[in-house]
Amino acid sequence: MSTKSKTKNNKDEGKRDFLMVSTYAMAGIGAASFAWPLIDQMNPAADTLALASTEIDLSSLEEGQAITVKWRGKPVFVRHRTAEEIKNAQEASIDDMRDPEKDSDRVTNEKYIVLVGVCTHLGCVPLGQKSGDVKGQYGGWFCPCHGSHYDHSGRIRKGPAPTNLAVPSYEFLSDTLIKIG
Amino acid sequence: MNAKPYCFKNKRFIIQSCTILSLFFSSQVCFAAGDKITYPKLDWSFSGITGTFDRSSQQRGLQVYKEVCAGCHGLRLLAYRNLKAIGYNDNEIKAFASENSVNTLNDEGEVVEREARPSDKFVSPYPNEQAARVANGGAYPPDLSLIVKARSDGANYLHALLTGYVDAPDEKKIPDGMYYNKYYPGKLIGMPQPLYEDGVEYADGTKATPDQMAKDVTAFLAWAAEPEMEDRKRLGISVILFLLVLTILSYFTMKQIWAPIKNR
Amino acid sequence: MSKAKFKNPVVKWIDHRLPIFSFMDHELNHYPTPKNLNYFWNFGSLAGIALVTMIITGIVLSMNYTAHVDYAFDSVERIMRDVNHGWLIRYIHMNGASFFFIVVYIHIFRGLYYGSYKAPRELLWILGVLILLLMMATAFMGYVLPWGQMSFWGATVITNLFSAIPLVGESIVTWLWGGFSVDNSTLNRFFSLHFVLPFVIVGVVILHLVALHRFGSNNPIGIDVKGTQDTLPFNPYYTIKDLFGLGVFLTIFAAAVFFFPNFMGHPDNYIEANPMVTPAHIVPEWYFLPFYAILRAIPDKLGGVLFMFGSIAVLFVIPWLDRSSVRSSQFRPIFKIFFWILLADCVLLGYLGAMPAEGIYVILSRIATAYYFFHFLILFPLLPYIEKTKPLPISISEPVLSGSSPASAFAFREKK
Ligand code: HEM
Ligand code: FES
Repeated sequence: MSTKSKTKNNKDEGKRDFLMVSTYAMAGIGAASFAWPLIDQMNPAADTLALASTEIDLSSLEEGQAITVKWRGKPVFVRHRTAEEIKNAQEASIDDMRDPEKDSDRVTNEKYIVLVGVCTHLGCVPLGQKSGDVKGQYGGWFCPCHGSHYDHSGRIRKGPAPTNLAVPSYEFLSDTLIKIG
Repeated sequence: MNAKPYCFKNKRFIIQSCTILSLFFSSQVCFAAGDKITYPKLDWSFSGITGTFDRSSQQRGLQVYKEVCAGCHGLRLLAYRNLKAIGYNDNEIKAFASENSVNTLNDEGEVVEREARPSDKFVSPYPNEQAARVANGGAYPPDLSLIVKARSDGANYLHALLTGYVDAPDEKKIPDGMYYNKYYPGKLIGMPQPLYEDGVEYADGTKATPDQMAKDVTAFLAWAAEPEMEDRKRLGISVILFLLVLTILSYFTMKQIWAPIKNR
Repeated sequence: MSKAKFKNPVVKWIDHRLPIFSFMDHELNHYPTPKNLNYFWNFGSLAGIALVTMIITGIVLSMNYTAHVDYAFDSVERIMRDVNHGWLIRYIHMNGASFFFIVVYIHIFRGLYYGSYKAPRELLWILGVLILLLMMATAFMGYVLPWGQMSFWGATVITNLFSAIPLVGESIVTWLWGGFSVDNSTLNRFFSLHFVLPFVIVGVVILHLVALHRFGSNNPIGIDVKGTQDTLPFNPYYTIKDLFGLGVFLTIFAAAVFFFPNFMGHPDNYIEANPMVTPAHIVPEWYFLPFYAILRAIPDKLGGVLFMFGSIAVLFVIPWLDRSSVRSSQFRPIFKIFFWILLADCVLLGYLGAMPAEGIYVILSRIATAYYFFHFLILFPLLPYIEKTKPLPISISEPVLSGSSPASAFAFREKK
């Protein structure tokens, strides 16, 4: 084989390798983009997202009583706190709390505490909504799964849970009507 | 010239079989379109591979649906929130939804009504099929969510049907509660003519002729049946462009790789 | 198996203990493939890709689908409307079934034309027919799942075929239904079977490939590979050719999915199943139409069912019905003519299956059915006695007439 045809061969080979790499790279990109719809379909669907808000009427909720409503498939606790409970919640010193937060930062109207009723440890629903329930050492809620104690503001005071019970985003549409989500 | 190996002489065979296969598929097309009644073929904005819906026509169509059709026909697969796609904002949708009411349980466990919300599905006019039949002399007004997809050549059919009420030929006896429609299979339909001149008053000032109303409500229902259509076509164009580039690229790569074999 | 050399130490370590890389190298990389394959040999790999696509989209659909008569239809509509990209996934699955059949039918006719079913590939062929049967069962049950009018009435009519069996027919149908009509139990078991059968197909496809790789691919001239000068390593020659074929296929497929997604479907399936009303004109999916035509051509219930199943059963035995030792139609002038007649006959049967069973259509279906069986049962065994085949070339690399220049350019093999 002459030198001339050899360089031509090398050039052809170079061209071929370049074409091959770009073709397979493009095929790879195509296959990878097809994965996206397959992954994304597992995210919440449009109808699920649309159910993201719920209204709660508090007009018949007496002082000292609590109600539980379902929001996004989870329980939401609303408690109409007594004056004493409010006082407890406001006066507790936050300095040595695990997740220090002032009660005033956790309520819109101090009479009503609104919480996502899911223990921040591993997701059980704490007790304390019904009058006969165990409410734990701090009188708020008590999670029986691994013994987390929450106070009247839903703050974690004792037990394994790392953070306070979450406060969902909500607004008062009127004095006794709230919209969650 | 060197004779090509026998094995590479296959062009004719490939052409022949392609012909046969395309004959088969075109015959499929024939019977898809082989219905006896033919309707006028309209030039819909949403037909063709780049066609999109006409927002103002859809909005007028929603008005026609609401004021004329909704008395009897449901639209149960559509949610009020979906109206965003045809150009309404959240407040308009909320207001639109709240004109309807849905059943819910109150704290005492009683069934009560509450205003419909954007997340609710369109409220049907009758609680169930039985009630619908009783109210309509035994005929069941079908839900319209999928009507354009559930009839062959649905958009043209629907428009034709809505404008197809003509005087029956003299010899034809029309039973009570039936109406003559030249585009309905069997020509006798249980639905009285729904669209009359100025049957609705369009907010945008468009003249509400029966033909116009039929076109608008068809555009609206075509969207209700295929709300994904615009997204689908848009994505389709980019996917196909991508595939074309990939195919052409792989063709040249293939030629390169095979060159030493074929040229020998 | 030739031990491949791997540079990567991890690959080497694994391969020493679990020789999957050697296996893949051998079966997908070096695998010697006849050098003269034409584009009809692309359809095997396309079928494989179609199967994988169906399984992937199917698994994803199942995450959102509800197999209950009260919810099935709405759950499919929810997939279309609310699930992210749900419409895309569903349309791929729905049209994918049709394209899968197109590919497999071309693949089968390829085999018939080039005599790929002949020794030593009889089992390979039989496994293929088995795949076809399993695909039909899978597609039939899948079509029931969206629970539209065609789903329901298709299920009713097809399951009722079994009532033609004497004595036990009725009990079998009741058993299939799990009730006294197609109902919730039927839907649930169909979903379960529709989910699992594709994985059975995967198993049979693997056997199909094992059988294929035993003797390698047949080729357009149908003569055996004589040595390395007749073959090319699968990679890169056929990997790139398959990729090109896939590109063409996907472009056409995408056109269907994005622009004509319901072209091959039936509008009635967008009406929820109603056990009280049969649609005016029920037709099966297009890929069943030829068989449906055979079913209706026979004026007897049991007879129709037997002929219909017989039309597939006969495919199992054609390796023994065709007595000619020449594989490819290229050297069988009469066989070739009849091949095209058979193809036209099947297309005609498909057309007739969609027409109402009346008048001229019935007569034509009978003629077409008769021809179908004549072709395999009479023509196949007898033709070799009357047909004079053309002279076979000496080898794949050589032109028929001149004995010049055997090709043996193996740039890639030499490099390795
Ligand atoms: C050989 C492979 C397969 C074939 C030929 C096939 C065929 C079909 C067909 C024809 C339909 C009806 C489409 C429609 O009209 O909507 C369908 C629906 C369905 N298939 Fe498959 N399928 C296959 C594999 C699978 C697999 C592996 C799964 C699950 C793992 C699956 C899950 C589903 C589901 C959930 C539906 C109902 C949703 C719908 O109708 O769109 N399929 N299939
Ligand atoms: S889940 Fe509540 S304490 Fe563990």
